[in-house]
Amino acid sequence: MTMTHMDANSPAHGSHPMPPGMLAGTAADRAIAGAGLPEKISVRNLEFFYDGYRALKNISLPLYDRQVTAFIGPSGCGKSTLLRILNRMYDLYPKQVATGEVLLDGTNILSPKQDLNLLRARVGMVFQKPTPFPMSIYDNIAFGVRLYEKLSRAEMEERIEFSLRRAALWDEVKDKLRQNGMSLSGGQQQRLCIARAIAVKPSVLLLDEPTSALDPISTAKCEELIDELRSDYCIAIVTHNMQQAARISNFTAFMYLGELIEFGNTEEIFTNPTKEKTSEYITGRFG
Amino acid sequence: MTMSNSATLATPIGGLYHRRRIANKVALSLALGAAGFGLFWLVAILWTLLYNGLSAINLSLFTENTPPPGGEGGLLNAIFGSVVMTAVATAVGTPVGVMAGTYLAEFGRGTKLAEVVRFINDVLLSAPSIMVGLFVYEVLVVRMGHFSAWAGAMALAVLVIPVVVRTTEDMLKLVPNSLREAAAALGAPQWKVITLVAYRAARNGMITGMLLAVARISGETAPLLFTALNNQFWSADMNAPMANLPVVIFQYAMSPYEDWRQLAWGGALLITVAILLLNIGARLLAGLGTTRK
Repeated sequence: MTMTHMDANSPAHGSHPMPPGMLAGTAADRAIAGAGLPEKISVRNLEFFYDGYRALKNISLPLYDRQVTAFIGPSGCGKSTLLRILNRMYDLYPKQVATGEVLLDGTNILSPKQDLNLLRARVGMVFQKPTPFPMSIYDNIAFGVRLYEKLSRAEMEERIEFSLRRAALWDEVKDKLRQNGMSLSGGQQQRLCIARAIAVKPSVLLLDEPTSALDPISTAKCEELIDELRSDYCIAIVTHNMQQAARISNFTAFMYLGELIEFGNTEEIFTNPTKEKTSEYITGRFG
Repeated sequence: MTMSNSATLATPIGGLYHRRRIANKVALSLALGAAGFGLFWLVAILWTLLYNGLSAINLSLFTENTPPPGGEGGLLNAIFGSVVMTAVATAVGTPVGVMAGTYLAEFGRGTKLAEVVRFINDVLLSAPSIMVGLFVYEVLVVRMGHFSAWAGAMALAVLVIPVVVRTTEDMLKLVPNSLREAAAALGAPQWKVITLVAYRAARNGMITGMLLAVARISGETAPLLFTALNNQFWSADMNAPMANLPVVIFQYAMSPYEDWRQLAWGGALLITVAILLLNIGARLLAGLGTTRK
């Protein structure tokens, strides 16, 4: 399953990022670390300040299109902060400043001229706790779509079915689309949130610990889903669960105290990290 | 194990255990006594009201206007006036209150202006209503040269605003920030986040606040004395003095005429029942808000 669409989407001459669950690194993979893949987002010399406190220190890394990149590291290392810069979520709060560059398809989204709402429509986000709106399942998904598109009733229904199918939730809710989204189980709510994010047709998906509030079965479903979505989106995921990072990501960024310690192919990071700190963290000696 | 445990527990530790039990009994009976004392007067008031008011409730109460002394009549013009002025006051005060509350909870978070507005609102919330009546008297009645239902409605609206501001702010603050972030993350501008998501989540609480505000103003007498005054006759003219239940009760209850006093009891019972129903409605709605999954 994964192998086929992975191969279809990776440039033939580029590296072949490992499908989830396979950690067989080779020397050849190590040298390239994603070279040749199209960069959807390029973070360059990024610094971030919470009311003067320097939370991110000179971060530079690429996020490749149609790949899953995991941000790992101990609590407070800045991985969520980094994720929330990619859709400028931090702009909702005063006294938070980012410097440097974050290029999305070549445009610097940190520029003050960037329209935040349009940016967020292109860069979807799913949060740690499921956040269904207090309205019907149908309206939960239609909410985002209506913001930027005028669809006919039939088109809207089609879009809703498309996103619910994509989020692997259609079969469970197709007969109760008018029911309140908050009546779903936690795992269903989270998939509803993913469907909601997909419905506005973003090109990037940011997942902030999307499974940490879910039970193992729901987590497995969400991971399968992320694996499916990889073929269409550039996905960045923050996770505390290293097995999860190893299972679902192609690239991994290890962060510590606001610094990017190491970035590379997931199998490389997990099997043969170059930095002492990375090795200590993934083997569970701290964090 | 359990045997020995219960054995040690049953052993009194000197007189300490005994003293605590006695202190507990004393405190409990004092608390019960205080609660009983408070409830007694409440029940006494309601009982008096029912006893005297029920006999005044009949069809003509709702179909005839306030009579001259000795004549046959009801409270139709007063009921109508109260309903109209309360409705206008709510229609004017609620939007202002909701918008101000929204400013405090959504836009003005952590700003100096919001702190000042919140403080003034709290002062207004506990301001004596007679002051509000005097204020509207100075601002509207004196300038217009006569009492009017508009002035009465405005005085009541001033009383509605702080209640609605407070409940709107409180209810919006209960809406988790994650919901706002989720809406913003879809590309929704702030006003849509607020109107489509935050209001929806806080809806029951906000309606509860509005009902409580209506309940509060529907019994207000002082602000109406200075503004709408009263009218012996049927009047639907907002520019003229208008009859209303509280002032009619005030005047009739103090009168030497038995039939007027009887009408006052009926009016008092009507208002009490209306407020009771509003409060129950508010309670039910608030309950819906908390039990919803």
